[in-house]
Amino acid sequence: MVKYVSQPSVKESASITAENLKSCGNSLFTNTRSIYYLWDILMYWIFTFCGISAVAAVLGISIYMVLAGIPAIQKIGLIKFLFGISWNPASSQPSFGIFPMILSSVVGTLFSVFLAVPIGVLTAVFLSELSPKWIYRSVRPAIELMSGIPSVIYGLLGAILLTPLVRRLENFFFRASVSHTFTGGANLLSAVIVLAVMILPTVIHISEISIQAVPGELREASLALGATKMETIFKVVLPAARPGILSGAVLGIGRAVGEAMAVMMVSGNTVNLPLPFHSVRFLTTGIVTEMGYSSGLHRQALFSIGLVLFVFILFLNLFLESTLKRGGSSNV
Amino acid sequence: MEGHFIIEDFNLWYGDPSHKTRGTHALKHISIEIQKKEVLALIGPSGCGKSTFLRSLNRMNDFIDGIETSGKILLDQQDIYSPKTDVALLRKKVGMVFQKPNPFPMSIYDNVAYGPKIHGIRAKSQLDGIVETALKAAALWDEVSDRLKKPALGLSGGQQQRLCIARALAVGPEVLLMDEPTSALDPVSTNKIESLICRLKTRYTWIIVTHNMGQASRISDKTAFFLSGELVESGLTTQLFHMPKDKRLESYITGNFNFT
Amino acid sequence: MSDKFSRHKHLPDAVAKVAVTLCFAFTITVLASMLFYIIIRGISKIRFSFLFSQPSPLKGTYGIFPGIINTLYIIVLTLTIAAPIGIGAAIYLNEYAGTSRKFAKIVRLIDFTIETLSGIPSIVYGLFGAVFFGETLKLGYSILTGSLTLSLMVLPIVIRTSQEALRTVPQSYREGSLGCGATKWYMIWTVVLPCAKKGLTASVLLAVGRITGESAALLFTAGAVSRLPENWLTHPLSSGATLTVQMYFGVSSGKYIDEAFGIAFVLAFILLGIYFLSDFLTRQIHNKKG
Repeated sequence: MVKYVSQPSVKESASITAENLKSCGNSLFTNTRSIYYLWDILMYWIFTFCGISAVAAVLGISIYMVLAGIPAIQKIGLIKFLFGISWNPASSQPSFGIFPMILSSVVGTLFSVFLAVPIGVLTAVFLSELSPKWIYRSVRPAIELMSGIPSVIYGLLGAILLTPLVRRLENFFFRASVSHTFTGGANLLSAVIVLAVMILPTVIHISEISIQAVPGELREASLALGATKMETIFKVVLPAARPGILSGAVLGIGRAVGEAMAVMMVSGNTVNLPLPFHSVRFLTTGIVTEMGYSSGLHRQALFSIGLVLFVFILFLNLFLESTLKRGGSSNV
Repeated sequence: MEGHFIIEDFNLWYGDPSHKTRGTHALKHISIEIQKKEVLALIGPSGCGKSTFLRSLNRMNDFIDGIETSGKILLDQQDIYSPKTDVALLRKKVGMVFQKPNPFPMSIYDNVAYGPKIHGIRAKSQLDGIVETALKAAALWDEVSDRLKKPALGLSGGQQQRLCIARALAVGPEVLLMDEPTSALDPVSTNKIESLICRLKTRYTWIIVTHNMGQASRISDKTAFFLSGELVESGLTTQLFHMPKDKRLESYITGNFNFT
Repeated sequence: MSDKFSRHKHLPDAVAKVAVTLCFAFTITVLASMLFYIIIRGISKIRFSFLFSQPSPLKGTYGIFPGIINTLYIIVLTLTIAAPIGIGAAIYLNEYAGTSRKFAKIVRLIDFTIETLSGIPSIVYGLFGAVFFGETLKLGYSILTGSLTLSLMVLPIVIRTSQEALRTVPQSYREGSLGCGATKWYMIWTVVLPCAKKGLTASVLLAVGRITGESAALLFTAGAVSRLPENWLTHPLSSGATLTVQMYFGVSSGKYIDEAFGIAFVLAFILLGIYFLSDFLTRQIHNKKG
């Protein structure tokens, strides 16, 4: 067994320690404690208040949304409201069918996501796996910045740059048609493209993060088996990053379905079935258009549209919670 | 009467959220007396409850939810699990050093002064004195006296652990609990910490969890052997190591025990 | 044999590489040209009179100063409400309720609700705010109505990102502090908050970004008036359009397209500043960890 011989000077200092601390301990330590307890209890209540009021706000608004949305649905009838194809709230015989708006929202969102996700994922692949460092360093922050650009700016660019092009396309396709209602470029196609461009930075950003998060050992294991770089990326890296990419896509769906102003500026805003060159109205733009002047049942119906959007986002999140988080944890 | 523990029939259960039952019985009927100013080593295989026992002594287990206890732990005749106990004052009396060094992301000085400030010492001169003596006691003063204002995270692992010891000493504890204090360190740092424990032996009651048999025999006066939540054998270290009564302890010490 | 293998392998590999690269080039071209278009069309509008005057239909001049002032008012008011409550709630959920198993299920439910609410379309918040604050509480179209609405909108975001910031503080710091005999609040004040400070600031900055860019929720709450405040104190009770709303009306009236690009340029500039600030802060966090 080892024996420890400590130097005398250190021993001396150690004895001072004990004396010094003891004296502090008995004289000073107990006096001021009560103030600390007071603070502790006070802060506990302050934080509890914050927690409760935030939770109350959050739950309150959820409950309000649901309650405010129900009366109109009750009066109109759930089936008539959700699946009615005629939206005519201001006439003497008003009808409140939001099916065309639901379809427009769903079709517009899905197509913009189908457009943005493959392009976004491939861009993220290039960015994180193939690009030289200087490109990565300069492009990555730019992409992140773009995902924070206000949607009205996307709407502005769409209205000024995109709609003239789409109008030419429309004029070309329907040059012989007599029945087509010309939209002047403000139609579903423009809305889809604007939404796709708008969610593209978000999709790239999140895909890039989840590709980066794939452990290097996986890549090395695949390369060591003789796979090429691209095979490794498509057969190992992307499958491993799938939960993250999927949640990026879901986030994109959420943004696209909830977008109002950008869509408002390029979609033409009349209630129609969603065909590429039809002027369409989404659920969100329906609220924007009519909120200013609606009253009575009409206004209640707008809350019901809000409720439909709310339920949509809720299901999206439930889907995310159940599939992705479970899939994610089983992957780890 | 300072730093004298009496533990009587202490039990601890980890709650199980999926069952309404009491969950895992992690400590079973522990009874032991720990004299003041002695060094007690807690040994046993992983998961045997020795860390849980250690954390029961200053109620750090309170933060794990669903814990239930029964029995008594008396520190200087006071039941530390009584509802009247001031947990913060208990932890001032019973300091703790963790397995991985965990200095706060502050300067070296602020780390050591952290505890005294909690307990109401504000005067700069007094703090200076405490910091210096605590660092000297932890044998760190010579290495850091010229850079007290530098971030503590810049220190090496061994220095960080001695800083954590200094931080624990600075509140003036009577008992020091150490949860495998050297398992994350290299042999030289381990040696330094062992020698500082030996040097300060007479000042504090030390209770040390260790996986290192050599360490237990080098620094401790008494040893307690835990196995699956039970206190199997305890007594003078020399006796325990040279004439173990229990067969399981014997095979554990000689390394023949298959605990899986 | 080996020849056969390698030939089969290399052709798709090259194709995939080209496809990925082209895709990247396409994306970057689209996004970069958008950015340049805004800059080129917008920068020509940036004059002193454009930035620091109000629109005047009589003189036929256009300025965005009211928009800037209103945006600032709304940012400050919204943060005054949402930042303390949001961060406080995050601390409560993470440090108090979240540590106890009794509340675990409730906390998970709250987390889920917060997650869901941060995805609710902003126009739905606008609808709620217009009716609840504007009509029920009789605040009308006003900056205050807008701020209250946006507070509700950013609250979930502030709570969520603040919780993330608090979670980056290692558990061992908390144990170390409590092990010295600190009370819970002392531990939070001296260890948790200083460690999470930068993350919390970044979460507030994120909220600032959202507020600056928001338009749909403000359209029917904060109103559409672009006039300089007559009384700086009571200004929150009057209607006022933020930069984004002013821009939207400029475009939809069809008269102020160039001016809209000017505003887009200013907005992009502000968001760039916020981005760099929060990037700087998050980078510091990572440096500290590494």
